[in-house]
Amino acid sequence: MSIMAVMDESPRRYARQIRFTGLGPVGQSRLSSGTAVMVGLGALGSVSADLLARAGVGTLRLIDRDVVDESNLHRQLLYTEEDARQGLPKAVAASRRLAAANSGVALEVMVEDLVPGNIDGLLAGANVILDGTDNFETRYLINEWSVREGTPWIYGAAVAAYGLMMPILPGDTACLSCVFESAPPPEMSPTCESAGVIGPITSLVASLQTAEAMKILAGRSDCVSRVLTAVDVWDGRLQQIAVSRREDAGCATCGLHKFPHLESSAGHGAARLCGRNAVQIRPREPRAVDLPALARRLQPAGQVMQNDYLVRVHLEGLDLTVFADGRSLVAGTEDTAMARSLVSRYVGA
Amino acid sequence: MSIRLVVNGEDRQVSPSLSVADLLVELDLQIARVAVEHNRRVLKRHEFPRVILADGDRLEIVHFVGGG
Repeated sequence: MSIMAVMDESPRRYARQIRFTGLGPVGQSRLSSGTAVMVGLGALGSVSADLLARAGVGTLRLIDRDVVDESNLHRQLLYTEEDARQGLPKAVAASRRLAAANSGVALEVMVEDLVPGNIDGLLAGANVILDGTDNFETRYLINEWSVREGTPWIYGAAVAAYGLMMPILPGDTACLSCVFESAPPPEMSPTCESAGVIGPITSLVASLQTAEAMKILAGRSDCVSRVLTAVDVWDGRLQQIAVSRREDAGCATCGLHKFPHLESSAGHGAARLCGRNAVQIRPREPRAVDLPALARRLQPAGQVMQNDYLVRVHLEGLDLTVFADGRSLVAGTEDTAMARSLVSRYVGA
Repeated sequence: MSIRLVVNGEDRQVSPSLSVADLLVELDLQIARVAVEHNRRVLKRHEFPRVILADGDRLEIVHFVGGG
């Protein structure tokens, strides 16, 4: 019998990774028993989830509220034209690709929006949380949960050709609020919609995030970066600033343990989705939607597409998608009032 | 008369007794959108108007972005 035949599959599969002294067999073993939670599976999440699945993380939880759209394909590397045609939820499309890439990873699929009411369940058991979100609110929510629970998270964000990355090890390094005390007013912030975004920056930021996540999962938090990294791939500029904890200087989150985002009742209502020209409408209470019945009811109004996760219909020049948990996405507008009106007329208030 | 700063690695001449907040205005940057490291220390927002820049000061300014 050849040596190859007696070797277990996994050492061969991960041989090059194990040979890297930063990980070694001990790091790989820890990685393969760890749980990483990916919040958001857009451009950042596509790359991080792909790298972590291929690296052999034990469990990878995939949380996303959106569906694959043609306008995602230039930078969201997990998805195909067929995924967009089918209007698949990103978490579902991602899990199919990732399962094909590495069947040894336990994938947990959550077609949901991370809000105060479900965050404890969605983030439970995480050894590290990776930020692939598209908005400031969810990031502050994750930051507060991370500090309260002592679970590390990796902030990452990008717009245009510019991106930021910072690992947060609660009780050890600065948290998001230490550096940025609050979210900028929406009208001041460039978004993927207004300023655009290119694939090289999102893939770079996600790669930086994933390296930090691998250190944490492998038990090498001592190697985690202690700086905020800013990169512009168009200007070719890299900045790193040392961020120290504000515990003694009165950081509201990690110093004073104030958690207004976690305690807020926000999360229901209307929210614009970054770069999508779309609005999400979330009911006050989650409710199960009978998708086939809804599809039948909408049939006279327009061409209806239905799959296991959602119903989609083109109405009044807008694309309405209704998920099984009662959330709706209205694509083709950023006008929240218009979106609300469409949902209340066709789905119910 | 002017003083010399290093802003994001590049030399910049500015008038004396300028605060960090003044510099951000001069650079057309919004206070709520940036983090500023002044001589290796990240400032809190309320410090922006109080910290007066001196010759040779080094600043790194990063933009808070939220896309992903």
